[in-house]
Amino acid sequence: MSAVSTSPVIERGTPASRISAIAVVVIIVLLADAPQFLSAGAVDRMTALFIYVILAAMWNALAGFGGLVSVGQQVFFGLGAYFAIRLADAGLNPFASLFVSAIIVGAISWPMSLFMLRLRNGEFAIGMWVIAALTHLLVNLDRLVQGETGTSLISLNVYDAGARRATIYWLALAAMTALLAILFGLLRGSTGAAIRAIRDNEDAAASVGVRVTGTKRLLFVLAAFGIGIAGALWLATSITFQPKTYFNVQWTAYMIFMVLVGGIGTFEGAILGALLFFLIETWFGGTGVWYLIGLGATAVLFSLFLPRGLWGTLEERFGLRLLPVGYRVRLPANATDSDTVPTSQQATAHREKA
Amino acid sequence: MNGSANAAILSAAGIHKRFGALVVLDDIDFAMMADKAVGIVGPNGAGKTTLLSVLSGAFPPSAGTVAFKGGDVTAMPATQRCRLGLVRTHQVPKPFSGMTTFENVFVAASHGAGLARDEAYEEALASLKLCGMLGVANRRAETLGLLDRKRLELARALAARPTLLLLDEIGGGLTDGEASELVDTIKELRRRKIGIVWIEHIVHILLQVAERLICMDAGKIIADGEPQAVMADPEVVRAYLGGGPK
Repeated sequence: MSAVSTSPVIERGTPASRISAIAVVVIIVLLADAPQFLSAGAVDRMTALFIYVILAAMWNALAGFGGLVSVGQQVFFGLGAYFAIRLADAGLNPFASLFVSAIIVGAISWPMSLFMLRLRNGEFAIGMWVIAALTHLLVNLDRLVQGETGTSLISLNVYDAGARRATIYWLALAAMTALLAILFGLLRGSTGAAIRAIRDNEDAAASVGVRVTGTKRLLFVLAAFGIGIAGALWLATSITFQPKTYFNVQWTAYMIFMVLVGGIGTFEGAILGALLFFLIETWFGGTGVWYLIGLGATAVLFSLFLPRGLWGTLEERFGLRLLPVGYRVRLPANATDSDTVPTSQQATAHREKA
Repeated sequence: MNGSANAAILSAAGIHKRFGALVVLDDIDFAMMADKAVGIVGPNGAGKTTLLSVLSGAFPPSAGTVAFKGGDVTAMPATQRCRLGLVRTHQVPKPFSGMTTFENVFVAASHGAGLARDEAYEEALASLKLCGMLGVANRRAETLGLLDRKRLELARALAARPTLLLLDEIGGGLTDGEASELVDTIKELRRRKIGIVWIEHIVHILLQVAERLICMDAGKIIADGEPQAVMADPEVVRAYLGGGPK
């Protein structure tokens, strides 16, 4: 590597990603102003969308990037709501409770990871579901919750309905923005490369110096924390807490749907999937059973015909990368003059023909 | 890590490895100096890859100890051994399939060698260049053919900046031209003072690099010494060609 002009360059962004970075800022500013213009119902719906984006992004980070497929993530959703109820009952400000609750959920997920991350693949997936069911039962034992009757975040009722709605909207927007930023930073850095390496081959990752267990634990705890916030925010929008609603496996099913349809393992895919799920729910959510059948059929069709999801397919076909976390090597124009490169290219072409 | 002149960089004493009732390694003693190239040959099932796995920390031995750079590493996992400079490649390539060739190598440079971002970029690019893989740097590893996957194993291990490299049949299935390219690459590593333990069935390419040859059979070392002498050893000939029970 003698001169700058002859050295390969590592590119992290694309022209499209530089535009999209600006677009992301504009969209967030517009969303922050939106409650002034939207109806009460629309503000609530948008809050739900932000929560869906958090859920999809967290499950995607865990499964799509880290290879940790879990069908028990509702445990953190339920615990996020439960601890918020508990903290508010103990006298903490209800809005503060939402975030303190998520920190507790993250803290609980740490010891949980000690034994859950020993499980591999299907064992881990189902093991998490078992943990969720078990936690559901334990929460039911708390007399404050009154079993399946449930309880409410009554301390929120002291706030004016309009101000409360807008505050929850902004908290959800801020939480979504912050969590996506943390996730993007993590996945884009060298830890992100380690996370994907573990997903692809754990033994090989260990053999090239990746701290496998510690890295998985970091991802597991972050996903628990994020989903905990989502559960607490959901509680804030709906006020009532019934354990069976929050600890329902449907939450993880929704996460899987959003990520598979949007594009597993791509940062943009999870966001797109959440948006699609939100639109489908908005338009068809009132049709009851047919809505659920439609969701199931869509998921099946995607896994059969577009296994990489919408964004994965777009990315592959058009090289479109708006929020890239990967690395591209740009070789200098005269690279073919150097000694090693042509050998490899010829060899590759030769083998592909063979 | 400059030990005295006659201190072994890597040593294994009394290594046994059993999988259930099957004894794969039966009392192996092995030691090598830094900056040497040792070849390991032996018929299929001799225990060569198992020995490499025990040395690299992929799994612990059933009995015995492994020492690297003067410290006991028997209980140390592969991750830490790699960071100490003891790095292996895999006989069946284990690429990170969903990542690009460059990203595969970058993981090793940033985690195995512990390099900061820009240094890791340079190390990764240098390893790819040395192994002739710059042209496929942006390809997802799952799209690579077998030859490139084997090259990737080597490039990725190199990016972890090993002081001792354990190679497991990286020459298998190569044409003569490809094999001589590989030998050139390994010779370059020798110029860089990287020690090598190389398991290979293709003996003639191994002999171009190895200064010492070990032959294994049925979990034991049956010959160890100067390469030509080992290849001429009656025990070795019998292990390869078969001569009835010993």
